[in-house]
Amino acid sequence: MEERLHRAMRDDCPRILSVLAARFGDLDLADEAVQDALVDATRSWPTGGIPPNVGGWLMTTARRRALDRLRAAKRAQDRLDSSAHLLEEQREAPDVRLTDMIHEPDHNDSDPSDSMPPGDEDERLRLLLLCCHPALNSETQVALTLRLVGGLTTAEISAAFLVPEATLAQRIVRAKNKIKTAGIPLSIPEQFTDRLEVVLAVLYLIFNEGYLSHDEGQDPIRPDLVDESIRLTRLVCELADDEAEPLGLLALELFHRSRHATRIDALGDLVLLDEQDRTAWDGQDIKAANKVLHQAMAMMQPGPYQVQAVIAAYHANAVVAADTDWPAIAALYGQLVAMSASPVVRLNQAVAIAMSDGPLAGLKMLDDMAELDDLAELDDYHLLWATRGELCRQASRVEDARQAFTRALELAPNGAERRHLERRLATLDR
Amino acid sequence: MEYLIINHSEEVEGPEPGTPEFGEMMGSWMAYNQMLIDNGHWIGGASLTPSAAATSVAKSGDSLKVTDGPFAETKEQIGGYYVIKAEDLDEAIRLAQAMPADDVVFEIRPIAFRPDA
Repeated sequence: MEERLHRAMRDDCPRILSVLAARFGDLDLADEAVQDALVDATRSWPTGGIPPNVGGWLMTTARRRALDRLRAAKRAQDRLDSSAHLLEEQREAPDVRLTDMIHEPDHNDSDPSDSMPPGDEDERLRLLLLCCHPALNSETQVALTLRLVGGLTTAEISAAFLVPEATLAQRIVRAKNKIKTAGIPLSIPEQFTDRLEVVLAVLYLIFNEGYLSHDEGQDPIRPDLVDESIRLTRLVCELADDEAEPLGLLALELFHRSRHATRIDALGDLVLLDEQDRTAWDGQDIKAANKVLHQAMAMMQPGPYQVQAVIAAYHANAVVAADTDWPAIAALYGQLVAMSASPVVRLNQAVAIAMSDGPLAGLKMLDDMAELDDLAELDDYHLLWATRGELCRQASRVEDARQAFTRALELAPNGAERRHLERRLATLDR
Repeated sequence: MEYLIINHSEEVEGPEPGTPEFGEMMGSWMAYNQMLIDNGHWIGGASLTPSAAATSVAKSGDSLKVTDGPFAETKEQIGGYYVIKAEDLDEAIRLAQAMPADDVVFEIRPIAFRPDA
């Protein structure tokens, strides 16, 4: 039963939540009602058995619970109203909105077999856009998305991000308050593409936290977050099916995940791309990613996720590292720089140029960028120094390499990356 | 819902009154205000003199400290404000965006209580 309930929390609850939130126009009420329904399930399923249509059962129960809560709120309001005349002559009109919601026609309320509404894609998209509204900060967007759209519990999210559960629960309460008081709507905005960009950024953030954790003392790879992000990205691909960038992100994530088994060795250390055992890459993921990427590019809406996915495809489809088409990858980074000239992208471009034209060409690009102060933002980014160290090592500039690796070592966020850098430093002495 | 929109921007010299540029600028603001009124968004608003004319008054118990200048000595200063009616935050953001101002940061705050409402 526990397993069935867990599946329902991931699959059914977010849909129910989005439908109820849209219907009642109140996210908090909808969330409380869904939680109530889950509690009801843990009470009645052990004796009454698991209902044949779990989604329908939860939907009906949650809707009843929402109405119960509204009635209770209305009773409290009525009591307040009926005593109000003692204080003032003119009685305020009762809260119209509250009353309207209770009398809202609800034909299926008594039918326990009603199934999930078929066309709830809009509601789910609205809920996702709400969770990723730019008026919420990015930590909050991540927490809300996992909790309300992903159906994870606060305990699961707090474990994934190593945040105390109380902190996370408070973050979610604050977010719901902001949504209510600031009037953040459950709607599909006119600037849909801009907002979709935020959604994709949130999902990629979740993915990246799983792909290479920033947390000290944590496994450097968190497959649960990787899988969760891929699941939600697939959902966005379904919900926004005339947009190409969600497919681009999905392909990118699948390409990255395909290397999962080979990225960490038996000692828990990172294995670089050119040293990974390519026969152990997940062919299923690569196949799926190729297909998704093809689908995305056929839509003729180029975007940065698709370009990154094409780069990942060049790596994933090279049978041995030496087959990698670095000149093509360097050119793609050039495109990516034109789309979003972030310093990290420029850094990756320098790596690709080094691989294509030699370490000195890469170092020259880094030096040019440093001269223009384009790297200032990355001064504390360990990968800038690790890259510089690697290029200096290849160019036999041993002392420069040592300095750069040492700086990278000071800045590296997790043990696996530090051990990798220590090994790199050791090779300099040979 | 009702929102306060505060415009924060760097204080730069605008066009000289009487010049065609000044007329053009005023025209676009008047058109914006009229749009707010026509669409039922208008509650109130004003543009302010530069912060050089600001006076800060700190009150604590019986003590009153009056000083020259705005509350915060930042590059961006409050240039004006609107109080508007909007369906939700997204509409308030769209209305702010439609303002004929550039290089400006809008702070949008929901009104909690307005005694004259």
